Amino acid sequence: MKNTADVIIVGGGIIGCATAYYLAKSGVRDILVLEASPYIGNGGSSRNGGGVRQSGRDPRELPLAMWGIQNLWPGLSEELGVDTEYTQEGNLRLGKTPAHLKILQGLTDRAVACGLEVRMIDGQEVRSINPFLTDEVIGASWCPTDGHANPLTTTLGFYKKARELGVHFVTGIPVTGLKKVKGRLRKVVTPEGVFEGEKVLVAAGYESRAILDTVDIDVPMVKSKVEALVTEAEPPMFKQMLGTAEADFYGHQTKHGSFVFGGHTGLEACEKDNGTPISTSQGAPCTCRGIMKYFPALSQAKIVRSWAGWLDDCIDGVPVMSPVEEVPGLFIACAFTGHGFGIGPAAGYSLAKMILGEETPVDLEPLRYNRFIPEI
Amino acid sequence: MAVIDRSRDLGPFVPGPDDDLLICRCEEVTKGEIRKAVHEGMFTMTEIRRYLRSGMGLCQGQTCSRLVKGIVARELKISPAALEPATSRAPMRPVEMTVLGKEGKARS
Repeated sequence: MKNTADVIIVGGGIIGCATAYYLAKSGVRDILVLEASPYIGNGGSSRNGGGVRQSGRDPRELPLAMWGIQNLWPGLSEELGVDTEYTQEGNLRLGKTPAHLKILQGLTDRAVACGLEVRMIDGQEVRSINPFLTDEVIGASWCPTDGHANPLTTTLGFYKKARELGVHFVTGIPVTGLKKVKGRLRKVVTPEGVFEGEKVLVAAGYESRAILDTVDIDVPMVKSKVEALVTEAEPPMFKQMLGTAEADFYGHQTKHGSFVFGGHTGLEACEKDNGTPISTSQGAPCTCRGIMKYFPALSQAKIVRSWAGWLDDCIDGVPVMSPVEEVPGLFIACAFTGHGFGIGPAAGYSLAKMILGEETPVDLEPLRYNRFIPEI
Repeated sequence: MAVIDRSRDLGPFVPGPDDDLLICRCEEVTKGEIRKAVHEGMFTMTEIRRYLRSGMGLCQGQTCSRLVKGIVARELKISPAALEPATSRAPMRPVEMTVLGKEGKARS
């Protein structure tokens, strides 16, 4: 196995795979991706609701989300040679009470200020877009340019295409530390030996924290669990991405016909950490109850599968995408806080530019690693 | 845990006479699609499943996973025993939302 590269990427999720792909496409020939788990895309990249959204996003990351949706997502299936199932049919964020509508109005106002086309609509208009929703829904925020895609084929598509372009991937190889040589990052340490690179990107989700700690850099994030369920294939019902003001569930119907819905029990923050994200007996039933309150028609849909995954939740709710001043040659992309899939392609494209020393398509200054400072 | 070099040379993909054989009946995935996916870099049962949907349908792979494993192993020229199965996920049988939703109580 080769042990040097121009660029070493730590983490084979959508961020690592997309960055590798765009670097290779720009002509970088010597790229090595090291993935700790036995599988490509085994973290949040395969364990998310598939949302490709702009509405509801923080103004600091919204420009990147918008740029990706305008420039990358529409042609991605063709570019990667897989069906990403990208569907741009809008996002409804539903409200049932005046308090919900107030939350939605706030999110809408902030997004409009950033130039996003999103507006509040009443219950009647909600049901003209999605006739399966109960009359209890009295309003929603509506962003027609949002959508969803298949996280599995998209992530593996970036991997497949990067591999075709000569990117070297190794799985089952956990990175345990980084080392500087003469003031620059140089070495990537693993149980299988030391790898050397000119530039190193750490994109390992929550595990980035322990890796970055070995060069005294910290990203304040915690690991939190999400659970989701999948139904058997149903006849086509609706194409929008859905969420609620209360955040009791979110999801969509896939191209295949099955519904993928995520939800939360409110107990996640203190759940046992068994080392792998495990579906609880409470998770799927709780999400089912949430869904049936909005979609009575789905009560007979059969659940075939449930799954769980970890988020890398940043203290201030937006990712870190940044070069590191104290450690020249080191780049960070982590703490995506559950937003990493939708902005994944744009993030990978931007990180490739950043690593090449070129201008990124949008200003990433708000996502710098050194933005975390104490209140007083 | 096995270290896998994904640049390993598997040789060229050679189409076979039985490539149109249906292996995963729920999701209608053929032997040829599975063999081709291995050549596209999907070296594990989990990746094959995520890439092709084999074993993701009504029976959740309870019918085809052994067959898929044999095909992937042969393509990789390794023993099927060296391949980890994909994770089994609850519920064991498809359950209606209204039934599963009765499990446990919501806070009142």
